[in-house]
Amino acid sequence: MTGTVAEDPARLAEFEARIAADQSIEPKDWMPERYRSQLVRMMSQHAHSEVVGMLPEGNWITRAPSLRRKMILLAKVQDEGGHGLYIYCGTETLGVDRHDLVQQLLDGKAKYSSIFNYPTLSWADIGAIGWLVDGAAIVNQTMLAKASYGPYARAMVRICKEENFHKRQGYEIMATLSRGTPAQKAMAQESLNRWWWPSLMMFGPHDKDSSNSDELMKWGVKRKSNDELRQRFINLTIAQVKAIDLTVPDPDLRYDEASGDWITGPIDWDEFWRVVKGNGPCNGERIAARRKAHAEGEWVREAATAFAEKQQRDNRATTDTQQTAGATDE
Amino acid sequence: MTAPNPAFFTALARLGDDRLVLGHRTSEWCGHAPILEEDIALANIALDLIGQANLLLQHAGAVEGAGRDQDALAFLRDAMDFRNVLLCELPRGDFAVTITRHFLHGLFSVLQWEALSRSTDDTLAGIAAKALKESKYHVRHAGEWVIRLGDGTDESRRRAQDALNLLWPYTGELFMQPADEAGLVAAGLTADVSQLEPAWRAQADGVLQRATLTPPATTWMQRGGRDGRHTEHLGHMLAEMQIVARSHPGAQW
Amino acid sequence: MSDAGERSWPLWEVFGQEGDGEAHQHMGSVHACDAEQALQFARDVYARRNEAISLWVVPSAAITASTPEDMGPFFDPANDKAYRHPQFYKVPKGVKVF
Repeated sequence: MTGTVAEDPARLAEFEARIAADQSIEPKDWMPERYRSQLVRMMSQHAHSEVVGMLPEGNWITRAPSLRRKMILLAKVQDEGGHGLYIYCGTETLGVDRHDLVQQLLDGKAKYSSIFNYPTLSWADIGAIGWLVDGAAIVNQTMLAKASYGPYARAMVRICKEENFHKRQGYEIMATLSRGTPAQKAMAQESLNRWWWPSLMMFGPHDKDSSNSDELMKWGVKRKSNDELRQRFINLTIAQVKAIDLTVPDPDLRYDEASGDWITGPIDWDEFWRVVKGNGPCNGERIAARRKAHAEGEWVREAATAFAEKQQRDNRATTDTQQTAGATDE
Repeated sequence: MTAPNPAFFTALARLGDDRLVLGHRTSEWCGHAPILEEDIALANIALDLIGQANLLLQHAGAVEGAGRDQDALAFLRDAMDFRNVLLCELPRGDFAVTITRHFLHGLFSVLQWEALSRSTDDTLAGIAAKALKESKYHVRHAGEWVIRLGDGTDESRRRAQDALNLLWPYTGELFMQPADEAGLVAAGLTADVSQLEPAWRAQADGVLQRATLTPPATTWMQRGGRDGRHTEHLGHMLAEMQIVARSHPGAQW
Repeated sequence: MSDAGERSWPLWEVFGQEGDGEAHQHMGSVHACDAEQALQFARDVYARRNEAISLWVVPSAAITASTPEDMGPFFDPANDKAYRHPQFYKVPKGVKVF
């Protein structure tokens, strides 16, 4: 359906000129079929990631160690749900139904960020996720707030505004643990050890191995490459790691004077692809949890629909009666 | 600094524990609700309730004067020391149980906050005035759902009626005025909950009627939570809620 | 899974007024089975951070919009009507306040 469609060269040229001029593409504008399908793919993956991302952190809401932390975490996980919702709505402007997108996720046919297929094993993981995972997401989303598709960019602006606190609360948890009891500090370090590499993988494969990147960049959906974004994140984060007296699990980490970049050792891409292809520690559990919630909510959604239909029928009946009554009066 | 007042401490713990335990139960839905919009709505309700508990238990700690803050009260007390009604601690159940409980407890809360917003204790009156607005929304949200579930499909009606049958025997405790609060009521610090029942019943009946639901005929009412005698469920809930805090004595979070 | 439920929950556009005296602006959309539920969901989804003091919800299907093809005939003719703007008119130098 896509890729093979021969687009009208004149319209395509006009479209690409608009992209080049940094104009925003809106839902009713003409767009190449491939642009639409790439957007649907990317936006729905993004929305799925937000919704599946509620699960690993949600796992600790009932165990948060203070009322303040409990409220922060609940508000944060709630935000992720909201962000999923904003992006699903943005995707619907491209003519797809949220229901179909959700169904693809439940059927195991849709991708979402692999980071959420890792388990949350200690309270410190709530700190590490907020700091590293949200930190990485913010680097990515700040770029997407300038995406060429208007509804996506606008959703991202709102999301970036809301996510500001997510990273901070995570870093605050890690900082507090690091200066806490020896057991707390060990918990923080152990968590950083587990989350460091997966969070670097969040930016996706190296540029030379990234199949979709060129097209997304050509059309202004992505504005920076995976490696550029990853490097930016590493440079930002290393200083933060040092400030709270923790260390990243990378014996090869070094500072490159010439570029001003922190250079990491090699990323284990075998692990990355293994998790992407479904063999991460929690892939099965995450989808099972979404399926369960969806199945258990079915009767609720049906009830609301049935009620709304009844109300509409009743309203129509009332209007009919009133009209008939009015006619007789005359 | 308020002078230590054990009876008022207990009264505040009763208020705070209701909201803490119900808020915790509601937070269990996060990520698992029937539809994304409702997931966000339930999280808002949980946040309101835990926020109310935070203020009430903080005040309770100050009134007790023993150096316990809201976290010490939430995370370091045993089940026997909790003073919430049994209604709040029952497992979250299906969506019908969750919604019906919010409706029944929320309706009570609105009346209780209205009365407590006139408390002679300024802090409590302030908390009540703030919480009143929150609870009014909870009742609107839950009430509209009760109507949709009751008057929806055959299955939703059955589930809503089952939920009402399950929860109804736990509503009586809301209106059992604890004997140890007589002095507080006389001093205008707290309100006599037994006075609230007629208004609660009238409002509940109004919504239940629209939802085509009927309260069960049973008149036996379960009780015990206000005096620290709970169901088996609370211990499990607290085991989970308190595990991290209790595993690291004296730690800051 | 039949799932007649969610699919038939229509989409609603949400408009919020941020402060007293301001216009309602588009905030996003929600799925809901009826108007009351749409209003509640709009409140829960889009007003968590004091973003609104008033909300409207409108069925998305009820909105009629101009199309990109309309752009020329609809909006370009307004380009050359400078006389609609106050800057078009000269005021004698001596007049300080007009």
